[in-house]
Amino acid sequence: MKYLPLIWAGLWRKRVRTVLTLLCVVVAFALFGLLHGFTAAIDGIVEQMSDTRLRTMSRVNITQPLPLAHRARMQTVPGVDEVSYYNFFAGYYQDRSNSVQVGAIDVASFNVVYPDIQMEPKYVDAMLHTRNGALVGEDLAAEQGWKIGDRIPLGSAVWTRKDGAEAWDFEIVGSYRSPSGKVPTSELWINYDYFDEARAAANGTVTLYFLKIHDSSRSAEIAEQVDALFANSTSETQTQSEKDWLRAQIAQIGDIGFFVNAIIAAVMFALLFVTGNTMVQSVRERIPELAVLKTYGFGNTAVMGLVLAESVVLCSVAAALGIGIAAVLTPPIFREIGAGGLNLPLPVVIMGFALAVAFAVASAALPALRAQRLSIVDALAGR
Amino acid sequence: MLKQIASVTTMNLRSVPQRLGSSSVIVVGIAGVVAVLLSLFALTRSLSGAVLATGSPDRVIVLRAGATGEFSSTLLVDAVATIKDAPGIARTDDGKPAATADFVAAVNLLRKEDGARAGLAVRGVDPSVMAVRPEIKIVSGRSFTPGLRELIVGRSALGEFQNVAIGDEVLLRDGRWTVVGVFESGADANESGFMTDSATLLSAYQRTAVNSVTVRLTSPDAYETLKTALTTNPTLSVSVERETDFYRRQSQEANQIFGLVGIAVGVFMGLGAIFAALNTMYSAVSARAREIATLRAIGFGATGVIASVLVEALILALIGAVVGAAISWLLFNGNTVNLGDSTGSIVFKMQVTPALLLLGVLLACSVGLIGGLLPALRAARLPVATALRAV
Repeated sequence: MKYLPLIWAGLWRKRVRTVLTLLCVVVAFALFGLLHGFTAAIDGIVEQMSDTRLRTMSRVNITQPLPLAHRARMQTVPGVDEVSYYNFFAGYYQDRSNSVQVGAIDVASFNVVYPDIQMEPKYVDAMLHTRNGALVGEDLAAEQGWKIGDRIPLGSAVWTRKDGAEAWDFEIVGSYRSPSGKVPTSELWINYDYFDEARAAANGTVTLYFLKIHDSSRSAEIAEQVDALFANSTSETQTQSEKDWLRAQIAQIGDIGFFVNAIIAAVMFALLFVTGNTMVQSVRERIPELAVLKTYGFGNTAVMGLVLAESVVLCSVAAALGIGIAAVLTPPIFREIGAGGLNLPLPVVIMGFALAVAFAVASAALPALRAQRLSIVDALAGR
Repeated sequence: MLKQIASVTTMNLRSVPQRLGSSSVIVVGIAGVVAVLLSLFALTRSLSGAVLATGSPDRVIVLRAGATGEFSSTLLVDAVATIKDAPGIARTDDGKPAATADFVAAVNLLRKEDGARAGLAVRGVDPSVMAVRPEIKIVSGRSFTPGLRELIVGRSALGEFQNVAIGDEVLLRDGRWTVVGVFESGADANESGFMTDSATLLSAYQRTAVNSVTVRLTSPDAYETLKTALTTNPTLSVSVERETDFYRRQSQEANQIFGLVGIAVGVFMGLGAIFAALNTMYSAVSARAREIATLRAIGFGATGVIASVLVEALILALIGAVVGAAISWLLFNGNTVNLGDSTGSIVFKMQVTPALLLLGVLLACSVGLIGGLLPALRAARLPVATALRAV
């Protein structure tokens, strides 16, 4: 601790250079936090996904509906506790650009399949007794400013009504939360029965099924048995655990990880150059001063330690600022791309600091060695 | 004056090798920015290029009123017949309207590269499609036969997906369909999918409505005639859009996320490079302090000194730009990229074009100028006496 003023004096010797180097490192770590935070958050979501819940959809493509009649046969598969279902609605509110995620569900079985979701019993009850009832997710309610009791007319980009009316009127009878944060609460849920009766086409079909199983180690086996039931029919299925499903979804978008890592590598390489150069220059200019320190009785190791410490202090302060910027910017960016409620994951912060120290040591290694080997007589004589 | 500038600048540039370490900072910093940004821009530009190539100014796409894309649009048989009869539509050799009513389905297939399951579009088209889209050419095999479960595959899709070659079978809703031919259409979006006969596909999917009708105009000017006829027809509720406009909108949507990433990364990296450039040039000025002071003492003006610093910054920035552009070009030019979601994929080649390279150079020059300006001014204001005494 007593060396802190000395470290500070070393850093503050050339203010402009130190501040500019600091800013470079801040920018690099802000980028690192944002980009790595993004991929880490996605990995985190995948890891959180359930492996005791399976998803069944059409083997051809998710846009291809499955008959509701599949449900009864799925329930006969040993190991399957409950089967629930879901139909996409592609809703929008007031304006086409204000899209609202709406799912038509069967609330009773949905509640069994999704234990992570919390709905008050009175809301479930209200939903069962109100045909055009709707349950609103906490995040969605906050985003649209909806509350229980509101009547909301929604449009659908896909579904038309049998009676020819343009709007679908729903009454919000309750809300749902996800205390564990594992399920996004950005959807509106409506009664499947009401929706299916009112729509003009594809009646008696669903977009996907959710299957609850109790033994995660048997998920692959159960998925195979389910798909075998419908093999060679006009509606073949594809069943996966939610974890595998999401992993596949992400893989579909393309190799984001590669791009992100390439950018991070480029930034970090440039950074190593900047800080390394700063430290080399700083030590070169101070050779006589370092020799004076040695004359006063500072050991070789102590002088080397001082140089390393300067670099570590500079990089950690900068990393703290950069990661702080990333932490502030991350939630709004995630909200923008539709993944609200996510923060910069803690492992990214820890990794950032570890990287900062590693970089500090790597970039100061050569100058620190030079400082350690410095011979007092030569240095003072300017040789 | 010019002579002064020239002599100070050449003298300065000759001393750059002595400051190689700190000079390389600006080069590496700018090379990094240029490489990353050029690659991101090449990605978004090439993606837009493939989407935009699908549209032609003499074609018009008709969707259900209010629909934002083909997937959210349905047109019933009567509407299709009315649309095809409208004025302004070109005729085929046998006198039929040059129009195709498309039904678009999607099918999951495995990618060659990583085995990931991704969606591909299966576009059902009218037999007269070649009159509407003359860019479609069968390059091997033959075209599909209406009434049979046959598909033709786009060349881009063929390169990227497993089991889609001629003779392979693809599982659609009602069973297996055989691939009988390969088509190309100028590396546009259609080439990243399948085509087949619309009526056959509709009956396989037990549908009666198509998604869109695309027509070829007698001339690009016939657009207004057609639009007025269709939008004032009380039996229709459709939106009429020139294909070029439609695909411009689609490409903007496709690029939204990458555009956002590009801007965020660009702003941060640009700032970082400016700081690095400032750092380099400040240390260059401080290394040259005595030399600059001497020049000023023997009568050289401030302009010459300022110019010498700026020119040095610019030259280093240009070297950085060349290195960065070369990295981006070597790593990504000609790379095939496959982006997709469950309803379709798009396969395109990344191109680092001369226009993008020029952009990289301009970007590097601005960073170099901004990074050189403040240190240059400091060099000019250096108090001569103090600088001469400095060790």
